[in-house]
Amino acid sequence: MEKSERRVISVIVVNEASVLSRITDLFSGRGYNITSLTVAPIPESKYSRLTIVTSGSVRVIEQITKQLHKLIPVLRVYEHADLVEKEMALIKFPASENITDIATLCSAYNGKIVNVGDNIIIAMVADEPKRVDNFLKIINKYNPKEIVRSGAVALER
Amino acid sequence: MQISGAQMVIEALIAEGVDTVFGYPGGAIMNIYDEIYKQDKFEHILTRHEQAAVHAAEGYSKASGKVGVAMITSGPGFTNAVTGLADAYMDSIPIVVISGQVPMSLIGTDAFQEIDAVGISRSCTKHNYLVTDAKDLARILKEAFYIASSGRPGPVHVDIPKDVTAQIANFDYSIELDLETYKPHTKGNPRQIKKAMEAIAKAKRPLFYLGGGIINSNAAYEVRDLVHATGIPAVETFMARGTLSHDDEYLISMLGMHGSYAANMAMSETDLVIGLGARFDDRVTGKLSEFAKNAGVIHVDIDPASISKLVNADYPIVGDVKNVVEEMLRLSSNINPLKYASWRDTIKNFDTLHPLTYHEDTDRLKPQWVIQRVGELLGDDANISTDVGQHQMWTAQFYPFTRPRQWISSGGLGTMGFGFPAAMGVKAASPDKVSINITGDGSILMNCQELMTAVEKKLPVINIILNNNYLGMVRQWQTLFYDKRHSETDLSVQPDFVKLAEAFGGIGYRVTTKDEFDAALKDAIEKNIVTFIDVVVERLENVMPMVPSGGSLFNMMLLEKKEKK
Ligand SMILES: Cc1ncc(C[n+]2csc(CCOP(=O)(O)OP(=O)(O)O)c2C)c(N)n1
Ligand SMILES: [Mg+2]
Repeated sequence: MEKSERRVISVIVVNEASVLSRITDLFSGRGYNITSLTVAPIPESKYSRLTIVTSGSVRVIEQITKQLHKLIPVLRVYEHADLVEKEMALIKFPASENITDIATLCSAYNGKIVNVGDNIIIAMVADEPKRVDNFLKIINKYNPKEIVRSGAVALER
Repeated sequence: MQISGAQMVIEALIAEGVDTVFGYPGGAIMNIYDEIYKQDKFEHILTRHEQAAVHAAEGYSKASGKVGVAMITSGPGFTNAVTGLADAYMDSIPIVVISGQVPMSLIGTDAFQEIDAVGISRSCTKHNYLVTDAKDLARILKEAFYIASSGRPGPVHVDIPKDVTAQIANFDYSIELDLETYKPHTKGNPRQIKKAMEAIAKAKRPLFYLGGGIINSNAAYEVRDLVHATGIPAVETFMARGTLSHDDEYLISMLGMHGSYAANMAMSETDLVIGLGARFDDRVTGKLSEFAKNAGVIHVDIDPASISKLVNADYPIVGDVKNVVEEMLRLSSNINPLKYASWRDTIKNFDTLHPLTYHEDTDRLKPQWVIQRVGELLGDDANISTDVGQHQMWTAQFYPFTRPRQWISSGGLGTMGFGFPAAMGVKAASPDKVSINITGDGSILMNCQELMTAVEKKLPVINIILNNNYLGMVRQWQTLFYDKRHSETDLSVQPDFVKLAEAFGGIGYRVTTKDEFDAALKDAIEKNIVTFIDVVVERLENVMPMVPSGGSLFNMMLLEKKEKK
């Protein structure tokens, strides 16, 4: 087996019906992995930008980028080598947990408390995916009730 | 011009120069059929099954080089057509398939004959469209024809809801297409081409590996020039048959699973593979790690995704084969054909050792003889379609092809039922040639209803059924790899093919001897009506040589040697 590597690919596509299915169908049809996928329109243009985190051997990654490029509504495909990558996570804690500790931890990971209710505290962090992993491990002891991750977005340096 | 969506479809087809449309009507596409009724610019051929309409469009396209067109209704009409779309997708055949859809207001309600057609066709088309407003139709149809025929060709599906075909809107087909995201590379990089030519000049045992892309790009005659100018021997893929003439001194034969010993050995011994429009399919390469193991690889293809997909290319060249080969030809003057004389001799020796042949050692006719005989009698005068199975492989091996677009067969998908409707499309595109479909007793039943179309539209396809009373190719694998357990492949029970043809108004013959075969073929050509020639052939003949699935090209099962009687 060839070595499998994690890769971040950005895809610029025309904003049109079913373009997202074209992309996800391609991944499922050809047996490629999707770890995460985010998509949003690019302001003031007819395009959207997708950020796909995937994994595969060098050959598979090359095929993924080529096959993506073959789709008619795809304008550009970037297979990032040198990039800035961020991901956001929202975490819900019981109000009984130590809010000061949580806030301190959050700030170390580019985050803060964003909502405090009668029963719950909601915190957010935005950092590199690996650091978000780390953060989520650490906060386990504060009994998080729910965690939502956004999937990664990336920009070439 | 303010016209209805349905009229736009007609106007677009006329503007594209379409002269033949294959199709089958139904509720959702009735507005378009109403406009077909009113016009006389193109002929509509009513097939008797939607799958056949698409295969006929494929055959039409393969023989003519033009975009084939098929038209079908929503729901079951569309799902029947999916096999044709998939077939065209696998073999890169440019067709446009237009389907009716339930009205926009009903989409998503599980309406009568509603199916998510573009959802289904997405993975087996080059591109597809659901038209939601008649004002987009001119652009979409123009794009559809352009996308189908440019770059790596393929099928494009356009799904049009019924209310859109009734909607009146402005129609202007003279619009310029602006496809910012679709710009196929057609010119190869000159520096890469130069490097490739230098590699060729240095190679001792180079080999042309010719693929179906050559036929698609109409580059066969340029390739012939290049082969002759360089004196480098060539193997053809199944899809490329007819690129070189069968009697070309530099043509070895077909390579791959049922390729000749010499072709596969040449591929195993070469030091430089020159791939032109070929895609290193698993039926060609056998075990990948052993394929052309010691060779450098030049790979010319219009599809960047085909390059280095399976075999790493040392000299990747993205471009239209025709352009690239013309450029290579310009740079070929320093290559001396004499240099490869001993390499060509080596290959000739392989061929003498194990030639592509068969034994006439049974009372029953040998299927290979029948194919060779058609070749002797008709040769260049026939276009040859096939179905799928042993008969198909024997045809690829033994027919003396003389030109590109003479050979029409389902390679990538291997679709039984392809041959007869495709041969009708071939006849519509190329009426001056005899249209032959070499088929099997299994395959022919998968679209035999097309006898009706062929009778009605006077498409005198000659179907030669190589009748072994078996699903022969599967039976062969069972014999060789499943200890002769012939599970569900015995077709001893079969129709009277003569009566079947006659029931539709065609002609049938059943033949068991060489003389009877000659007479039947002659009669069929004279009568010029669709025919079935049911040829009783040896039941247990195997296609040889053979590279067992996953084996190496140089490790072939060979025809047993026998003393000449
Ligand atoms: C639609 C479809 N179903 C099944 C197959 C699998 N298959 C490949 S060859 C073959 C046997 C074909 O029999 P026949 O048409 O009699 O040809 P022969 O091999 O006997 O020449 C079958 C079943 C196929 N290729 N296509
Ligand atoms: Mg058979």
